[in-house]
Amino acid sequence: MATYEKILLKNMEQPGYTGSLADYEGTGGYKALRTVLKDMQPDQVIEVVKKSGLRGRGGAGFPTGVKWGFIPKNHPGPKYLCCNADESEPGTFKDRQLMERDPHQMLEGMAITCFAIGAQTAYIYIRGEFRLGAKILEQALQEANAAGYLGGNVLGSGLTINIFVHLGAGAYICGEETALLESLEGKRGMPRFKPPFPATHGLYQNPTVVNNVETMANVPHIINRGGEWFASIGSPPKSCGTRVFCLSGHVKRPGNYEAPMGITFRELIYELGGGMRSDKPLKAFIPGGASAPFLTPDHLDVKMDFESVALAGSMLGSGGVTVMEEGTNMVWAALRLMEFFYHESCGKCTPCREGTSWLVQTLQRIWNKRGRPEDIGVLDELCGNIPGRTVCAFGDAAVSPIVSTLHHWRGEYEALIREAQETMPRNKEIPVFSN
Amino acid sequence: MLFERFKKEVDAILSRYPVKRSALLPLLNLAQREEGFVSESAMQEIAKILNLTPAQVFETVTFYTMFNLKPIGKFHLQVCKSLMCALVGSDDLVMWIQKKLGIAQGQTTADNIFTLSVVECLGSCGTGPMMQVNDDYYEQLSEEKVGRVLDDLKRDGTCSLKTGPFMYPQPLAK
Repeated sequence: MATYEKILLKNMEQPGYTGSLADYEGTGGYKALRTVLKDMQPDQVIEVVKKSGLRGRGGAGFPTGVKWGFIPKNHPGPKYLCCNADESEPGTFKDRQLMERDPHQMLEGMAITCFAIGAQTAYIYIRGEFRLGAKILEQALQEANAAGYLGGNVLGSGLTINIFVHLGAGAYICGEETALLESLEGKRGMPRFKPPFPATHGLYQNPTVVNNVETMANVPHIINRGGEWFASIGSPPKSCGTRVFCLSGHVKRPGNYEAPMGITFRELIYELGGGMRSDKPLKAFIPGGASAPFLTPDHLDVKMDFESVALAGSMLGSGGVTVMEEGTNMVWAALRLMEFFYHESCGKCTPCREGTSWLVQTLQRIWNKRGRPEDIGVLDELCGNIPGRTVCAFGDAAVSPIVSTLHHWRGEYEALIREAQETMPRNKEIPVFSN
Repeated sequence: MLFERFKKEVDAILSRYPVKRSALLPLLNLAQREEGFVSESAMQEIAKILNLTPAQVFETVTFYTMFNLKPIGKFHLQVCKSLMCALVGSDDLVMWIQKKLGIAQGQTTADNIFTLSVVECLGSCGTGPMMQVNDDYYEQLSEEKVGRVLDDLKRDGTCSLKTGPFMYPQPLAK
């Protein structure tokens, strides 16, 4: 089996590594922050990150350095950094490990980011269920403040960087960056219309950068080893660095695996993950969290980088790969995901609020063998009317399980509907009542 | 008055934000931590602290699924039912719990100890089936393991099977 150099999981996989400040310092931790404060200007930091080709690890894959570059330099008020730790994309559980096992890695990344964009205050928006992660981060923040890596006078530079943990309360949509900001302002977590973008009108209408946990964790390594080094890993020029891929479903060894972008799904599932859990062959997999369209065994040799997965008709998203074995009904799988999206739709935009409810009802009808021949047409039509008609990308994501399963496994829908027609024939003649 | 007892904590929370309303979720979390649910009087108090109307507090509370508006049992069992957990047996897990406790989804046991909820993804997809009990995660549950968790919780108020700092798969010993 090929072995890869790990970047983000390297420390935590050392025996006895606890993630404490002493442990982190022992592996060269906070060296990057010292370098930045001593030898670099904010613009230089942004330049290095641009050169590294680092792209957001939350799902959308926006170039991180470019995002930082959008922050206006001469803004008179405060600027903010928000670390998106609201990890709630089904199939994704990497940020949880990064936060709970090596919290200082992401805190150092956040401190460097604050320096680069000129922010004095940063918030970690962590999902409400991750109580343990929040507790660990609070402890790490205390350690870092006491050691002078954060707080009023960072490492004697005169710079102020305060980081706070902010617990959410169980809403998937708060992982969308503008919904996250709304929630952080103490409101219902409903996405804002863009533009204006958070880079100019973010938290409290001030310039704000929102970055994922894994993105932040990469930053110290890029500073330490250089943008060129990072850009040489993975599949440059567009997908640089490693990803922490989350493997779940019917595999022998599910879990988090860090590998350079550009390995194939076959390598992840069959080498790192040990293959299928039982003897049944693979039937389908989701390549990047619940929002990514399903792929088939024909796509196993697709490379796991942003462009290749997009070419295959899906997306790398958050890096959560879910594997399904032969025998899994795809209508059922789509229904389970649709129930999630129906539950989590924030209700702001009509197509998404009403559409997800309608889709779930239609799918439930088909799955319970009460489907009607016209139901597939209803699904097709609804799935065509939600994407692109909503404020955020949730609407596009919500239809992807149905669109992709209808595309690859339409026969399974038809079979269930046929069965419904056979077992429960409907009265073809509608009686006409005349007075 | 709930928040008078926690004045220091409330002040610490308020000091983190330049705009008061941002403290809303942290204060609601505090209220629920202390009372097990968010009571109407807690919402009234929060509204006063943050200079909001009670309606502004209420409209926000109802958006977030983690806030209980009614009292629940001492231990809130939340089983993840999203696809990734369903593939590895979350429906069985719900059944095992229902069988053992004799309650359905959304119900509380007669002794007020357990409330069972079925929820969407908890971010533990590689280690399903799983459930969250109050602040703790219990993962890779089997019928036997979940039985032990419930017994321990009822008897001791805690259970050693809860997940610590998460790492999966564990690195192989060298």
